[in-house]
Amino acid sequence: MNVQVALPILIPLLAGAVSLLFWRSRLMQRVVAVAGTGLLLVASVWLLSTVSRDGIQVLQVGNWPAPFGISLVADLLGAIMVVLTGIIGFAVALYSLATTGRGHEAYGYFPLMHLLLAGVAGAFLTGDIFNLYVWFEVMLVASFALLILGNEKAQMEGAIKYVTLNLLSSVIFLVAVGLLYGMVGTLNMADIARRLASLEDNGMADVLAMMFMVAFGIKAAAFPLFFWLPASYHTPPVAVSALFAGLLTKVGVYALYRVFTLIFHHSPGYTHEILLWGAGFTMLSGVLGAAAQFEFRRILSFHIVSQIGYMILGLALFTPLAIVGGIFYIAHHILVKTNLFLVSGIVHRLQGSYRLKRLGGLYRSHPWLAVLFLVPALSLAGMPPLSGFFAKFIVIRAGIEAEAYGVTAIALLVGLLTLYSMVKIWSEVFWKAAPGDDAAESYSTVGQRELWLMSLPAVGLALCTLFIGLNAGPLYALAEASAGELMAPERYIEAVLGPSREGSP
Amino acid sequence: MEPLLAIAIGILFAAAIYMMLRRSIVKLVIGLMLLSNAANLLIFVSAGLTRGGPPLVPQGLTAPQGTVADPLPQALVLTAIVIAFGVLSFAVVLVRRAWEIVRADDLDRMRDTDT
Repeated sequence: MNVQVALPILIPLLAGAVSLLFWRSRLMQRVVAVAGTGLLLVASVWLLSTVSRDGIQVLQVGNWPAPFGISLVADLLGAIMVVLTGIIGFAVALYSLATTGRGHEAYGYFPLMHLLLAGVAGAFLTGDIFNLYVWFEVMLVASFALLILGNEKAQMEGAIKYVTLNLLSSVIFLVAVGLLYGMVGTLNMADIARRLASLEDNGMADVLAMMFMVAFGIKAAAFPLFFWLPASYHTPPVAVSALFAGLLTKVGVYALYRVFTLIFHHSPGYTHEILLWGAGFTMLSGVLGAAAQFEFRRILSFHIVSQIGYMILGLALFTPLAIVGGIFYIAHHILVKTNLFLVSGIVHRLQGSYRLKRLGGLYRSHPWLAVLFLVPALSLAGMPPLSGFFAKFIVIRAGIEAEAYGVTAIALLVGLLTLYSMVKIWSEVFWKAAPGDDAAESYSTVGQRELWLMSLPAVGLALCTLFIGLNAGPLYALAEASAGELMAPERYIEAVLGPSREGSP
Repeated sequence: MEPLLAIAIGILFAAAIYMMLRRSIVKLVIGLMLLSNAANLLIFVSAGLTRGGPPLVPQGLTAPQGTVADPLPQALVLTAIVIAFGVLSFAVVLVRRAWEIVRADDLDRMRDTDT
């Protein structure tokens, strides 16, 4: 038994259950939230260190041998993603202490947050495709409830779109799983990969690949399936927005990486070509959408879409360097995007609005906040000493080496337009003079301790960005090793099913 | 039996998508329900139907005798039904709350968050 692999799922589940027990005690729920996510972070770092030392870790749940039971598998990609989940979970839990209203907590904000983290960690660690569907649903149900916490009109409207499109994607995923089972007779991803490889020239495999691509494409908010994201992500409480922005779409991206490197890698000329076009249009439509927006969180939401394009570009190019770039990009993006949402929440707390028109003058009153915004914003745009530069650099270099000049040109252009959006926020929110006098009024209500609590996670994430930027070596090495694993799926298959048994059915 | 069920699944999917394309949010939820039922039926059929062969192991043996039905799709369907039940009941409540707050059963009047 290798319990280590299951810990990142069990800890948030348990923490959620414990905080349900203390339904009425606000203090206990808060303590459990911080302790639970902190433990999750510790467990995930432990898992990553084991995986990078000893190779892929597998837990056969209930000691059922591999293709029959459910396997939990932690390879490097999964472990990296779980660590990021831990970091974001911990940061958002701290941030929620200051921003979540009494009303939200009374309706189960913290238990839902734990459940969401469990779903995300489960999706990253499972080695069984139907189990992946179940974790997706765990995550979705928690996110539905978090999204409408507060019962405002905009939340309802956003939630209807979010729920409908995500349910549609789940059904497509489920149908694809059913058909895949009908074709290969197994649900274990490693076993599917092995059996699919032995089927000769089966058109059905391409059909299924497309179904998975559409299902995960909706979850990842890829072009042309992203419309639910900018319609809903700016409506919930800001801590929820930050959690969603960091983790949810990235689960879709992770699933794309997993499925299209492990299972459907036999006809890259077909599937990965479509992914390539999708990546280009995703980047372009996201960034152009952001350019037309004048609301802090909506701009950031559209930028999630455009950044998803870079990650899918890494997968679509399907060279070792491109995959390295994609993984590096995911890690960088999760930290930076969550941080930007956290900063938007602090700005909202200080001036009471997300509309750029009603914000201003923050550079004068809170210069440290301006710096705190500038670090992730410039990193998102890909400015040199920060993490985004290396992420973009690797992806674009891989694009040039693969001679995909069109998409590479789009990627460069999108970087420039991202800078435009970030500068727009900078000049509107921080640089221009404060509009009217209502700003000073709302400022006086923010306590110093509260402000500290809100800034602490943002500062932590900004330091992570700076660290990756100034010292990109370790993360690059991790991403490189992880890309090596993804490009050689035999290692994954062997780790799950044991040494290959040729001739067995 | 399979062709008949295949046709039924096709009709369910078509009806579901037709309902989801309408403007009323109540019909949208009905569409979602039909959609999940169609998916469940499809999983059920996809592994092939075997009549009268329960996958039971007779006493004293370690494997079932003769052809038996594949129990796994049925387990999957069971899980999927439970999940769909939970999610759809959430959707029904959501639609009701949305109607109470927005006072409209029309998706065209829910465009505040789109622009």
